[in-house]
Amino acid sequence: MGDFLLVQTLNGLSFAALLFLLSSGLSLIYGVMKIVNIAHGSFFMLGAYVGLSVLARTGNFFLAAIAGGLSVGLLGAVMERGFLRRFPLQAMPQMMITLGFALIFRDLSLLIWGGDPYLLEAPPFLKGSTTVFGVVFPIYRLFIFGVAVAVAIALWLFNDKTLVGAKLRAAVDDHEMARGVGLNVPLISGFMFGLGAFLAGFGGVMGGPIFGVYPGLDFELLSLGFVVVLVGGRGSLLGSAVGSILVGLVDNFGKALIPELSYFTLFAPMALVVALKPAGLFGKE
Amino acid sequence: MKDLFRTKTKLAGIFLGMIFLMALPPFYTSYWVSLMTQMLIFAVLAMSLDVLMGYTGLSSFGHAGFFGAAGYVTAILTTRYHMGFLACFLSGITLPILISLVFGFLVAHATGVSFLIITLALGMVLWGLAFRWVNMTGGDNGISGIARPDVGLSLVLKDPLTFYYVTLVFFLTAMVLLVILVRSPFGHSLKGIRESESRMRVLGYHTWFHKYLAYVVAAGFAGAAGVFWAYFNGFISPFDMDLNASIEIILMVILGGPGTLIGPAIGAGIIVFLKNFISAYTQRWLLILGSIYILTILYAPQGLVNLLRDWFRGRRLKAETTIAQEAKSTCKTWDK
Repeated sequence: MGDFLLVQTLNGLSFAALLFLLSSGLSLIYGVMKIVNIAHGSFFMLGAYVGLSVLARTGNFFLAAIAGGLSVGLLGAVMERGFLRRFPLQAMPQMMITLGFALIFRDLSLLIWGGDPYLLEAPPFLKGSTTVFGVVFPIYRLFIFGVAVAVAIALWLFNDKTLVGAKLRAAVDDHEMARGVGLNVPLISGFMFGLGAFLAGFGGVMGGPIFGVYPGLDFELLSLGFVVVLVGGRGSLLGSAVGSILVGLVDNFGKALIPELSYFTLFAPMALVVALKPAGLFGKE
Repeated sequence: MKDLFRTKTKLAGIFLGMIFLMALPPFYTSYWVSLMTQMLIFAVLAMSLDVLMGYTGLSSFGHAGFFGAAGYVTAILTTRYHMGFLACFLSGITLPILISLVFGFLVAHATGVSFLIITLALGMVLWGLAFRWVNMTGGDNGISGIARPDVGLSLVLKDPLTFYYVTLVFFLTAMVLLVILVRSPFGHSLKGIRESESRMRVLGYHTWFHKYLAYVVAAGFAGAAGVFWAYFNGFISPFDMDLNASIEIILMVILGGPGTLIGPAIGAGIIVFLKNFISAYTQRWLLILGSIYILTILYAPQGLVNLLRDWFRGRRLKAETTIAQEAKSTCKTWDK
């Protein structure tokens, strides 16, 4: 029983790691630009597909992860410049645009990579298992947890300790004032959207050896990402970290204990948070 | 003069629509009869969402969940318990209403984008149940073999044309009920909430409760449409209630024109037609759907019906509109 709990907790945490890579971008994009990015799950999926192709050509997993992240990040920046910027701070039209893109990305990836599910191959030295606290556990899952922690720390340092981060926080707090004191808010927003897309695409490649990649992955993860944002609070990095861990654990234990109601188990924590603290655990009212 | 003209065009439109819907179907091929039945079912579904989106200003991303839940109720009661039409229809409306009574507590306080995110997540919860609760729902395989019922009155619904006419009666009834609803004082308060919830609250309206009721009413009508869909299709699966399905309903509303009821119904007709028509030639339906989305937002953000109406009214009203817009933007400044 103790082993079961430990293994499931570790599984839940590695899933939380991927959720964090997805939801931190989703949450920041919402926080800075008030855009509900329906294409965020698609970024994750596209990143994994690009990673798959790069991996097949070069055999280098880390190159694939960077390529997946960068190409999707670029795509995000183009989307923001070309389309979203036409509707500054208009939540609904922007959301609809990202929705249209999500459908187009789904179909294009079906056209390019086909409908078969693929599993990305982890680098050789991360294959196999190791013993953690007396239980055998796959190394790769520990590795992505480490990656997510590193990304979280980097994001936190960037957000809290750099000048760009300070400008970003200013844009989150008060859009108009930030503009008023001379910050280039459109530039910050574009950068933010690209960064969020980069993280999602990078996360897609990182998740590739565990989930694989298949049509439908986009909306599946998008929904989970939104649950994280709801629970953690919109626009908060700490919120998306805590939310990811909560959702990762609940989802994993739900799937292990009551597989029939696995998605339904997410309902309880979500409902509790929404009812008691509508802005989310770490969100601003 | 202007009003007379408008009433005349309206009457002519209704008359033409009636001929198209009532008198012509016996002369259509069975393919068209089946297509039009689908259009009518989705028209009811789109109109139910319009109560939320168009009239109350709340975009629900989980609306297909209610549609699908009713479909599953119909499927389970028909295939396992051999229940008749009335029992299925009533339970098919009751279950979504019960679900929405519970969900309503979570969504009714939300506005704009947070409403959207919460309904998206709740829609996923319903989809997850349909997908994973295999004993009850058949999981990925769905439930097939839903026989069309005997409604009494010696109507044989196995005949596609009879089924079409029963669906038409259902559509017209739903439309009349919804028109009464949106023109009632309740409907006007919903519009007030759409324009400015804070001002409605200050005026003493119980805005939370209005939104709650609108959500429940929309769920009930979506459920009714779901029952017809299950009977029509003979098959229900998680794909009838996933995020894609909810997104299609939203596009029907936006494309047709939110807040007009008839617009979303027309939007539903267009989308159902395109989906069937295009999939006969190409598999790239989602690509086209996505492009329609982006084009609609860029070039007809107020929807086709409103676009046409504005075009009809023409330049004569231009001056009045500018004044109205100025008044509106002044009000917006007050809000801040």
